[in-house]
Amino acid sequence: MARFDELAASRRRFLALAAGGMLAGAAGAGAPAVAQVSTRARIVIVGAGAGGTAIANRLAGRLDGAEVTIVDGRREHWYQPGFTLIAAGLKPAPYAVSTTAEWLPRGVRWVEDWAAEIDPEAKTVVTQGGTRLDYDWLIVASGLSLDWAGVEGFSLDMVGENGIGAHYASPGHAARTWAALDRFTGRGGTALIQRPATEMKCAGAPLKLAFLADDRARRKGTRASSRIIYAAPQQALFSVPIVAEKVRMLFGERGIETHLQHTLRSIDETRRIATFDTPEGPKELGWDFINIIPPQRAPEVVRNSPLPWADRWTDQGWIEVSQTTLRHARYPEVFGIGDICGVPKGKTAASAKWHVPVVEDHLVAAIQGREGTAVFNGYTSCPLITRIGRAMLVEFDYNNNLTPSFPGIIAPLEELWISWLMKEIALKPTYNAMLRGKA
Amino acid sequence: MKELTLETMIAVFEEIFGTLLFWAMVAAAIAITLAFLWVLLRDRGLESRPLVWSAVLAPVGAVAAVWFVQWVTASGLADLGGPIDWIVLLAIAVAGGGGLMLLCYTAQALIRGRRAG
Repeated sequence: MARFDELAASRRRFLALAAGGMLAGAAGAGAPAVAQVSTRARIVIVGAGAGGTAIANRLAGRLDGAEVTIVDGRREHWYQPGFTLIAAGLKPAPYAVSTTAEWLPRGVRWVEDWAAEIDPEAKTVVTQGGTRLDYDWLIVASGLSLDWAGVEGFSLDMVGENGIGAHYASPGHAARTWAALDRFTGRGGTALIQRPATEMKCAGAPLKLAFLADDRARRKGTRASSRIIYAAPQQALFSVPIVAEKVRMLFGERGIETHLQHTLRSIDETRRIATFDTPEGPKELGWDFINIIPPQRAPEVVRNSPLPWADRWTDQGWIEVSQTTLRHARYPEVFGIGDICGVPKGKTAASAKWHVPVVEDHLVAAIQGREGTAVFNGYTSCPLITRIGRAMLVEFDYNNNLTPSFPGIIAPLEELWISWLMKEIALKPTYNAMLRGKA
Repeated sequence: MKELTLETMIAVFEEIFGTLLFWAMVAAAIAITLAFLWVLLRDRGLESRPLVWSAVLAPVGAVAAVWFVQWVTASGLADLGGPIDWIVLLAIAVAGGGGLMLLCYTAQALIRGRRAG
């Protein structure tokens, strides 16, 4: 109820602002919402993905005199929420590609190299090229590593041939995944769509791909001669029970088969056989199309540092941060943003978007010698596409409660056109606005 | 969504259309509305002949607006799933129809000039 009141108040505030007139808004647009803080603090941000870039822009506007350095060796910026759209033939590969440089603010130093070592005792980051960066405050926004070697018999050069897809790898691989999926949906056969046993980014993505494969096959008239199988190591289709039940119902309606407690171990490219570990032992399934999503872990630089949890996710290496403040439990000058955080939920861009103001609040407060007040409640959002033209807006928190942004207006578990419109029209612009520190 | 403020909305619209195009569109909408109000004051009310012609064009604007949104988003009428979808569709149609009507009426009134007497 408190949440509803908060949102209702937020809507009223929005309407009041809108009624207040565009001119006032135009004058205020882009101006920092709060006063700048003067500081000589040295802040290092590891990773220039969604979270790292957004916090760099927020800090550039918020701090005066700080020395902010961002470390990332990647020249391309990838809009990862677009990968599933590319893999379903709805967008071309360049849709998800921009440059790292274009989003970074003036006044922030970009070290174009990969972090190789993080030493939170000495408060230093060393890059692969040997550059040593001393910090007062560290923000780890490194994202995660896709462990492709975790699927025996698979390598990324196979993608696009023999019915093999791997749309998480890159925009180019997503496009090659579409080439394979396009051939499959043109002919029919068996599609295997799976997810890993580890934590993963955007747990909705493989579900979307299953729905889109079904839709594409229906539109091409090959659905009757197709089997679409969704295989997952878990015991449910989604971590939030109410969403899992809804997906189960939709999969039932669409005739998508579900194989739970199936963990992909290996593939045989020539025989087109995938081997899954199941409670009954290894099980082989043949494919005409397979999409591979590998185990996911913290990048090596983080796993090799003292930052990960010692007793949780020990095979994955997520960093030990408070799940409400995202501040490190043992190193108070370290914060986490995005996928790298060892919290129960939220490896999505929507969560990173909420991580940013929380970390900003606590970091700036700490610089000023006080305590921050912002709280991250586990908010995660997924516009779960159920066919081309419809999606379900799924938003939830740590407690598996649904947290709809538009309660009473956009029903969370309904397949709606408006949710599709939001995904198509507003999602990438909202993401871009987040990168600029404006959303 | 953590906060939906006017500033966020403007930032998102700037990203959708590009900053220049977005503000040009806002300026055009304001200019047309002001021009409409001006001819309304000048003529001391609505003139029936341009009103009829602009009313005839309104459905064209409504259909065009809906068609455009569905074309841009690769969707169709069959995708409408719940009441909110019909409300959105109606809002798009009203915006398209109303916008074209306003533009058409104002253009005619400006071209015709002030009627004698």
